[in-house]
Amino acid sequence: MARVKKADKTRIRKVETVRVILSLGDDVSTDVVYPGRFMATVLPAETPAYAFADHAVFQAAVKAKSVPPGAVIAAGDNFGCGSSREQAASCLKGLDVVVVAKSFARIFLQNAINLGLKIVIAPGFKADEGDEIVFEGGVENRTKRTAFDITPLPTARQAIIDAGGLIPYTRARLVRAAAKA
Amino acid sequence: MKKTNVGATVVEKVLARASGKEFVRAGDVVEPRVDLAMSHENAVLVINQFTEIHEGTGIPAKPWDPSRIAIIFDHRVPAESAKTATNQKKVRAFVAEHGIAKFHDIRGDTGGICHQILPECGYVRPGMVVVGTDSHTTSHGALGAFAFGIGATEMASVWALGAALNIEVPATIRVEVSGRFPERVGPKDLILHLIGVLTAQGGNFRVLEFAGDAIARLSTSGRLVLCNMSVEAGATSGIVPADVETVRYLREEARVTDPLDLVTSDPDAVYERTISVDISGLEPLVACPHTVDNVKPVTEVEGTPVHQVVIGSCTNGRLDDLAEAASIVKGRHVAAGTRMLVFPASARIYAEAMRLGYLADFMAAGAVVMNSGCGPCLGIHEGALGDGETAISTTNRNFKGRMGNPGAEVYLASPAVAAASALTGVITDPRKER
Repeated sequence: MARVKKADKTRIRKVETVRVILSLGDDVSTDVVYPGRFMATVLPAETPAYAFADHAVFQAAVKAKSVPPGAVIAAGDNFGCGSSREQAASCLKGLDVVVVAKSFARIFLQNAINLGLKIVIAPGFKADEGDEIVFEGGVENRTKRTAFDITPLPTARQAIIDAGGLIPYTRARLVRAAAKA
Repeated sequence: MKKTNVGATVVEKVLARASGKEFVRAGDVVEPRVDLAMSHENAVLVINQFTEIHEGTGIPAKPWDPSRIAIIFDHRVPAESAKTATNQKKVRAFVAEHGIAKFHDIRGDTGGICHQILPECGYVRPGMVVVGTDSHTTSHGALGAFAFGIGATEMASVWALGAALNIEVPATIRVEVSGRFPERVGPKDLILHLIGVLTAQGGNFRVLEFAGDAIARLSTSGRLVLCNMSVEAGATSGIVPADVETVRYLREEARVTDPLDLVTSDPDAVYERTISVDISGLEPLVACPHTVDNVKPVTEVEGTPVHQVVIGSCTNGRLDDLAEAASIVKGRHVAAGTRMLVFPASARIYAEAMRLGYLADFMAAGAVVMNSGCGPCLGIHEGALGDGETAISTTNRNFKGRMGNPGAEVYLASPAVAAASALTGVITDPRKER
């Protein structure tokens, strides 16, 4: 179970029970996560207002500021496909939600890691809205009494995860390079 | 000569060289230096993140090499709102401060869509590592470069360090294409066919390398279509290794005079798998709502009413696309109840299409010719759809909400299918429209 141990590094709150706030299928595009018409809004502090802007129920929760920190967005394969718009990751980071998907599209995966958005790759994962989830080694769906293995995030990106995101990582690299010069 | 790099794909060779290594293999982690770093309006976020990286370090926030940065305004041109105009103003100030020469503002002579500007201005060369804060940066593989999309924070990191960090060398899927396109069938149908076969995730974390006699015969314009939409199969990049046509395009159309380094794959390169396609049997295809891999023959959706027809974009807004569409609508009329929007991929193409009479043909047929830019493709700026409306478009995405309205539907197709549909007001097989 070495694979699962490694995934502990994702800094997901352990043992704490969280609920699925949104359950989605395969190929959720960044146009759905953060519609193009809000792309002029770029600052990470301002993007959460438009997360899943066309999803009436989720939007109502965002407006009411009732999205609980640590809540889970459950998805199928290829979450975040399409546009490279970073707002799709920053809006979810701002809401402090966790995205658990069977797999992620490349650019979204990188953006999430770069910004420190919590994401979990769980290939068999299934959950409905309202289900209780526990992260303990793998992912456990307490409501359905099912458990899923976690695939570790790409090892190539571990240094960025460990640094808390790409900005602190690059900053440290820059300072190191300047000290050498 | 010592053969240290036997059996390497073009992407492995490009990444090895850019990382200062003798050879790399799929799965290796590298930090390639970046030859060209492209952004559009989202440069305003890159600038923000770039400034944040430098905060508290005492190191001045100066890009590593302004000559390798390209910024092209295309997503909302001219600005649709005060917010966008202010973002563009901030980017202009940054461009002026740092002397970024590869800057394309909102202009009728040198403006256009980033994925057309980079090739036609000769900014992209074979063997380069190109990154862009746009997922369709995959386009530039058409010139034999390794080109991929990244987010704004990652671009800020590139501006700071001049390298792409922690990049896993992708495995390559070889796409071997043979045969000749039947009449009214073209590169858009080929890439839609491939996306249908691969699905929206079949190319995830992989490169699609296009090869074969049909690719050798294909123009750079057609290759741009294939590489542009490779990302719709999830691919990190699409690439056509540089050849005679690449040299012709760069010399004759992009006016490049520097020496060119034509990097190609070795005959014994290792591919994850090979997909063979004979285009002689291909028919016009459409991607149906709301995913690009929902691909069907046009004959299966013929007769579907369309309220808007869009011809243009970084996918199909080049001269050959406009020529084909114009040849279909010339002397005829866009159906009542249907609107047709044409937006050439660059100002240069716009001027050439004007000179050749295509724009006059479009206008006489009732189409609206718009300025170059991303326009209706992402629906943030102009050409949005009404509730319950349907569009057929030569663009690259049909996700829910893509053309500005989650309550509308978008079909993707070639310029021939789109133009034929404009005349009838319903999705039409261009082989039957003459």
